[in-house]
Amino acid sequence: MQIDQQMPEWYRARYNQLRDQALLAESGARPTFTPIEMTESSVLHRETIPGGWYWSTLLPRGQALRLINTSGNNGVSVGLWNADDLSERYNAGDTIKLQWTTCLTTGRVLFSDMGRVLTSIIGDSCGFSDTLAGGSTPQSNARNFGNEGLRNTRNNLRLIAGKHGMAQHDVTSCITFFSHISTQADGSFRWIDGDIRAGDHVDLRAEMNLLVAVSNCPHPLAPEKSFAPGPIEAVRWQAPAIKPDDLCRTFCEEARRGFENTDPLFV
Amino acid sequence: MPEYDISKVFSTITLDQVVAARVPWSGVVRKGQVLRIIDLESQQAVDALFYNAHAYHERYSAQDTLVNQGAAYIGKGGRLFSNEGNVLMTVVEDTCGRHDTLAGACSCESNTVRFGHETKYMHACRENFLLEVEKYGMSKRDIVNNVNFFMNVPIMQNGELVIDDGLSAPGGFVDLRAEMDTLVVVSNCPQVNNPCNGFTPTPIRVVIGDPVSI
Repeated sequence: MQIDQQMPEWYRARYNQLRDQALLAESGARPTFTPIEMTESSVLHRETIPGGWYWSTLLPRGQALRLINTSGNNGVSVGLWNADDLSERYNAGDTIKLQWTTCLTTGRVLFSDMGRVLTSIIGDSCGFSDTLAGGSTPQSNARNFGNEGLRNTRNNLRLIAGKHGMAQHDVTSCITFFSHISTQADGSFRWIDGDIRAGDHVDLRAEMNLLVAVSNCPHPLAPEKSFAPGPIEAVRWQAPAIKPDDLCRTFCEEARRGFENTDPLFV
Repeated sequence: MPEYDISKVFSTITLDQVVAARVPWSGVVRKGQVLRIIDLESQQAVDALFYNAHAYHERYSAQDTLVNQGAAYIGKGGRLFSNEGNVLMTVVEDTCGRHDTLAGACSCESNTVRFGHETKYMHACRENFLLEVEKYGMSKRDIVNNVNFFMNVPIMQNGELVIDDGLSAPGGFVDLRAEMDTLVVVSNCPQVNNPCNGFTPTPIRVVIGDPVSI
């Protein structure tokens, strides 16, 4: 079969089938959050990140990063690169398009620009994140707090990238956990209050060797009038072995194909 | 009806070119000039990247654009922001009303995930982008999430998103006024696996000129 020489009707039927299958997965048995026990013996490193500051770590395949929202902050932003090839990085557009959803929580994966899975969200007690609007910038701090000189995610991620030999063009999209944004019918974003709790955590399992950048700054659409993010905790730990029924690897066909693109890097 | 008589829009035309289906195009739009992108046959997605023509490290940022306007789609009045928080271009006219900047451009690699591994060896927008930006000394690292003119990507309140049939009619257009000298890189999308171009890529027309003063 010549897949690039079919009639439009053939492609449409195929697209409709893929769409229906994907939306069924999303609307049907949505993944539920089950806390994963992180024993002390599995902990490799702990660090407290002060409000407004940044931290980064190398996260080898199979290890996980637990971000604990100790202070109940409105947002913790994360940028991701393939540690073995820094030109490969998180791609927000691909991540939402390939999974047919902007709702990135337990069971979903984050994609690179090369069709590979960077990390699996193996646990998310909050359930809400945003990868449409991005992290804070000098401009968003000027708008929200009247002070563009406050610490911001754009510059935090640039500092991390710079310390790893990268430059401005390596800092593109990020994802902000512990943030609940809803998109209205006219396209406008609405911040939904009341879903962020102190003590919430997200577990990200590395599916390739990663450079992970964390910026502890509030989401730019959060309603706070003063800039006062508290500390958060980052824990690098050894994730449990992956079983055949692993949620993130089996939840949807798109993720499964993403892993088929990723795993050959490590054979 | 769409305005076909572009002499009423431009006092001087510096470029008027048809871009065939599936191929890339790039050009510089000087500050104050207008770029008109015309969807000649309807429903053709036009993937576009924007760079400060004098400093390519300043470029279009989808996330800056969305957070600054507080909304997911681009329409008339929309400002396209750079990663430095500056406005590259403003949408000053628009017959379609709905343009996407969330879903990014198709690539051989992402197509395998979305449509199956058998779609890997099909022409894709990021191949067009890569060949085009290399002419300016740039590389894959300079390709970011772009604007998809005339592409319809509705987001539901529950977070679902699909690529729906485009809303643009034959001859539909979007006018972009440059707020700084801007390098525009276009891939006239070859994707046939989703409805971004009715599963049939078609040509577009690009016009750059100085607008008639009002």
